[in-house]
Amino acid sequence: MSAPNKSFDPKSPASLNAEAVTGMVDSALVAIASATTLEELKEVRLAHVGDRSPLSLANREIGSLPPAAKAEAGQRVGTARGTIKQALDDRTAALEGERDSRVLLEETVDVTMLSRRRRLGSRHPLTTLMERMSDVFIAMGYEIAEGPEIEAEWLNFDSLNIAPDHPARTMQDTFYVGSPESGVVLRTQTSPIQMRAMLTRELPIYVVAPGRVFRTDELDATHTPVFHQIEGLAVDKGITMGHLKGTLDHLASAMFGVGIVTRLRPSYFPFTEPSAEVDLQCFVCRGESIGDPERPCRTCGSEGWIEWGGCGMVNPRVLRAAGVDPDVYSGFAFGMGVERTLMFRHGVTDMHDMVEGDVRFTEAFGLEV
Amino acid sequence: MRVPVSWLRELIDIPESESARDIGERLVRCGFEVEGVEESGAGLSGPLLVGRVISIEELTDFKKPIRWCQVDVGDGAPLGVICGARNFAAGDLVVVAPPGTTLPGGFHITARETYGHTSNGMICSERELGLGDNHDGIIVLAEGSPGDDGAKVMGIGDAVLDIAVTPDRGYALSMRGIAREASIAYGVDLVDPGLTLADLPAPDAQRQPHESGSDALDACALLTLRTIRGFDPSAPTPGWMKSRLTAAGMRPVSLAVDVTNYVMLEVGQPLHAFDETKVAGPVRAGWARPTETLETLDHVVRALHEEDLVIRDDRGPLGLAGTMGGRHSEIDDSTTDIVLEAAWFDPRVVGRMARRHKLSSEASRRFERGVDRTLAPYASARAASLLLEFGGGVYSGMTAVEAAWDRPVIEMAADLAQRTAGCEIPVSESIEALTRAGCEVVSDGDLLRVLPPSWRPDLSDPADCVEEVLRLHGFERIPARLPMAPPGYGRTPIQRLRRVVGMTMAAMGSVEVLNYPFVSLGDHDALRLPLGDLRRRTPRLANPLSEEAPFMRSSLLPGVLAAARRNRGRGLEDIAIWELGRVFFLKDGQSAEGSDDPIRPSVEHRPSDEDFAALEALLPDQPQHLAAVWCGHIEPSGWWGPGRQAEWSDAVDAAFRVIGAAGAEATVVPGVDPAFHPGRTGQLVIAETVIGHAGELHPATCAHFGIAPRSVAFEIDLDALATFASAPVAPVFSTAPVAKEDLALVVLANVAAADVAATLQAAGGDLVEDVRLFDVYEGPQVPAGYRSLAFALRLRAHGRTLTPEEIVGVRAAVIAAAEAAHGATLR
Ligand SMILES: [Zn+2]
Repeated sequence: MSAPNKSFDPKSPASLNAEAVTGMVDSALVAIASATTLEELKEVRLAHVGDRSPLSLANREIGSLPPAAKAEAGQRVGTARGTIKQALDDRTAALEGERDSRVLLEETVDVTMLSRRRRLGSRHPLTTLMERMSDVFIAMGYEIAEGPEIEAEWLNFDSLNIAPDHPARTMQDTFYVGSPESGVVLRTQTSPIQMRAMLTRELPIYVVAPGRVFRTDELDATHTPVFHQIEGLAVDKGITMGHLKGTLDHLASAMFGVGIVTRLRPSYFPFTEPSAEVDLQCFVCRGESIGDPERPCRTCGSEGWIEWGGCGMVNPRVLRAAGVDPDVYSGFAFGMGVERTLMFRHGVTDMHDMVEGDVRFTEAFGLEV
Repeated sequence: MRVPVSWLRELIDIPESESARDIGERLVRCGFEVEGVEESGAGLSGPLLVGRVISIEELTDFKKPIRWCQVDVGDGAPLGVICGARNFAAGDLVVVAPPGTTLPGGFHITARETYGHTSNGMICSERELGLGDNHDGIIVLAEGSPGDDGAKVMGIGDAVLDIAVTPDRGYALSMRGIAREASIAYGVDLVDPGLTLADLPAPDAQRQPHESGSDALDACALLTLRTIRGFDPSAPTPGWMKSRLTAAGMRPVSLAVDVTNYVMLEVGQPLHAFDETKVAGPVRAGWARPTETLETLDHVVRALHEEDLVIRDDRGPLGLAGTMGGRHSEIDDSTTDIVLEAAWFDPRVVGRMARRHKLSSEASRRFERGVDRTLAPYASARAASLLLEFGGGVYSGMTAVEAAWDRPVIEMAADLAQRTAGCEIPVSESIEALTRAGCEVVSDGDLLRVLPPSWRPDLSDPADCVEEVLRLHGFERIPARLPMAPPGYGRTPIQRLRRVVGMTMAAMGSVEVLNYPFVSLGDHDALRLPLGDLRRRTPRLANPLSEEAPFMRSSLLPGVLAAARRNRGRGLEDIAIWELGRVFFLKDGQSAEGSDDPIRPSVEHRPSDEDFAALEALLPDQPQHLAAVWCGHIEPSGWWGPGRQAEWSDAVDAAFRVIGAAGAEATVVPGVDPAFHPGRTGQLVIAETVIGHAGELHPATCAHFGIAPRSVAFEIDLDALATFASAPVAPVFSTAPVAKEDLALVVLANVAAADVAATLQAAGGDLVEDVRLFDVYEGPQVPAGYRSLAFALRLRAHGRTLTPEEIVGVRAAVIAAAEAAHGATLR
């Protein structure tokens, strides 16, 4: 390093004239631009703005200039350094960007190596279907009523107008608990929950009762001794069959699409009078497959309607057994099989799939239906 | 009930344009389930002719015997037909398909050269006409004339409706009942064969009819006997009757039997024919005596019960009333003197008898559902006239006994139908509908007095009458509207708990299964339950599906483990499944046989609170449980590296998550459950209540159920858990800087880590925000029989930064407490 020049040196060093400085900047910029790696750029930086670079050496000469020239030269060198530094920074950013992109590129994997890392859990579609149907009723102000699976025969049959010798008892093949005379059965229907609701709740009553029921059928593609029903009950002043139809239509719309309706066909159940079978308008073809062999509908067998459940106005005898005055109150009740609903709603063709617990079946449904 | 449409059309005038399907649909709208419409001979086109075989030439030059037949088909020259069947002779009447006819199945008949002759048609078998499978020979007709329409003679083109009749509609188990419904549906008249007394000759003045009696008029309110003597037992049943019986699903037997069946099908009254020579003394109805036996027509000797209603003579029981006749008074192929019984029996008595003897017959099916109380003499007159017409003989008259009959009158509010439907239904419409159903209706101010017809014992209440009115009005015409329910409270806590538990289990990657609740003694043994274990005190089914599995489950594990085995059997190695459901325990004092004298409250009014409690007392405890099992890997292996085998702590962790999701907090203590590994099982405890177990299954349990060794599981009593659920309270927490302190404590190996953690927490007080066990070490670095537990403590003060002195102080305090409580030393 030179000592400060205290005397006035009339000479102006050649390295500080404008041409020289411009030349240094130009050569630096060329070098910077031609650096292709961050390492090369490091060399360039050392060569052009390092302590031994021509520009740094020229800078040292400023002190030896006369005061009048100092400012001009200082500004010239400063501008030159700024230009070079800017170019270095830009180039550095560019090269770093290139390097980063290259690294990401090098990190490329085969994303098709997809494999299940975490297990897929699920709820059983019968559970979620019952929940979903219940939700429709909860939205209407109903509550969910429940009852025991091992039930008093009186609640399962007698109180529902199915006397011991009633032919309807032979319609439902009953599991008896203990002995046939014990008065205790596996409930054959969710209807005893209705009776319990009427015996334990304040009027008016609006409840929906999903649950498991039992009949002595052997398991085959369309039967299972253990299955599920969902049942609804409304007991209030002035309940009519029109209300029953409106409620069923609303359920149909909520479960199968707006505008899907139900139809009632006269039938017989001891606990309702009048009684009817509930048919659901086919939600796949909406009846358009009837008489059109070109476009058959598998869901409804081209009938346009699907058998869904049973319903009716609560038999006044049942109301009386529950202590509800049939001259003041009336009610409707309906029920449908959940397995059956799952079968036609989701194309399940074999009951075995619902009862065997094969996870491949249930996983397909996830958390909702 | 199988209903041949041609028979129906004979009873009522249904418009010709209505197809069998149209008629079926009408009946569906009246409340009859039409399960099928069968059309016989579908696909047949062109004529079928009745022909008489004039001559047969046996052709013997071929591999099988062949006949060259000349058949008279009425007009013109006889047809020469080649036929391979041999079950006919010259003179027989056969069915011929001439050239130009197409048989069902698309077989087109042409004149063709075969076996050296020109065969001009085909002599048909049942199968060729699509009438059945019989192909043993060709059809030989009993009657007819050459040139008759063979299709008509064979009932081809007739359709049969297969109708499921609900138990309340006994009268619809007859052509009469179906015809009445159809007549109402079509608005056409019915000449009711059940209200028309057949013409019979004047009774034989020489001999009295057989004597009748009833010793049980309450259960047999009407018994009629008609006697015919000198009947020709060899007389054949007319063809039309046979084909109707066949179409209706009954097998023709002999004229006498066929007539009783035919009349039963026609009007719904079961009839029974006795051979008078095999009967001693009057035929009476009466209760069976306990020591009596009866061999019924099905060759079963039955011990009778004193609640069996029988028909008897002086020697003993002749038959089970309305259920099945006895073998020894049966008519046979030499019977000439016939006593024809027609009666009314109490439906409940017949129903009980049929169930008691496991004997459901065409007769019992009808009596059980209620036969027309006044029908017996009409039906037996019809049968007697048919027997006389086709079998000859002398009519000797009728004897009968009958109890008085109080016909019930129903009083119903005149506007009840309208109020029930919720739309306008004029009173006049109610009256008209009930009248068309056969009721007599008297309007009396706001009331209608309804006298139901004798064939509708199901009409007993106003609601039954309303159904008749609305059925005819048409359910489809009732406008739909929604009732306004009062606002509800949504799901109950336990209902929400079940949902959140389900979501939690699924989020952990486990799949729900729904198993049957039936278990075997072997399942209890496989769970290694000791004798006397509460879980062996479980209800037993009187009529299980399988004698192997007669018990109701007391644990969900057998079902879940069996489901795991099924999945394993189908090639799945890594399994995570769960079930939520009820289990069953006998209450104290309950026996597996159940009560022998259960309460049966009246159904005329609400049961008293005591009676309702007594009903509840019959039932076992049925709490809801949750169980889960993991077999194999809980985290799968793959290209990313090895998987992780499920271990005991996964089961405990999962149980904790479920308990946490329920809004409760549990602790785990070493537990013993026979189904689990004795050293790797935790009892899940909340407030000193054990709510479940979690851990590794006992190797023997895994082996018994055929699942992978070292499978892990838990089972929780959800009802118990629900009682501890509480709404979360928002925590107060500090945002001041944290201080982290790790310490490793050496303790005896049997000191529970959870206890040490609790001590640290307690000793550190409010300043200890969290204690976490992060390492456990046993080995040469610590003395034998000891282990090192490494805890990470997170310390924090409220609203200020902890001073170094405080941190040192807490550290010293917790170490001192661990030393005092557990003999712990700092490693
Ligand atoms: Zn469809």
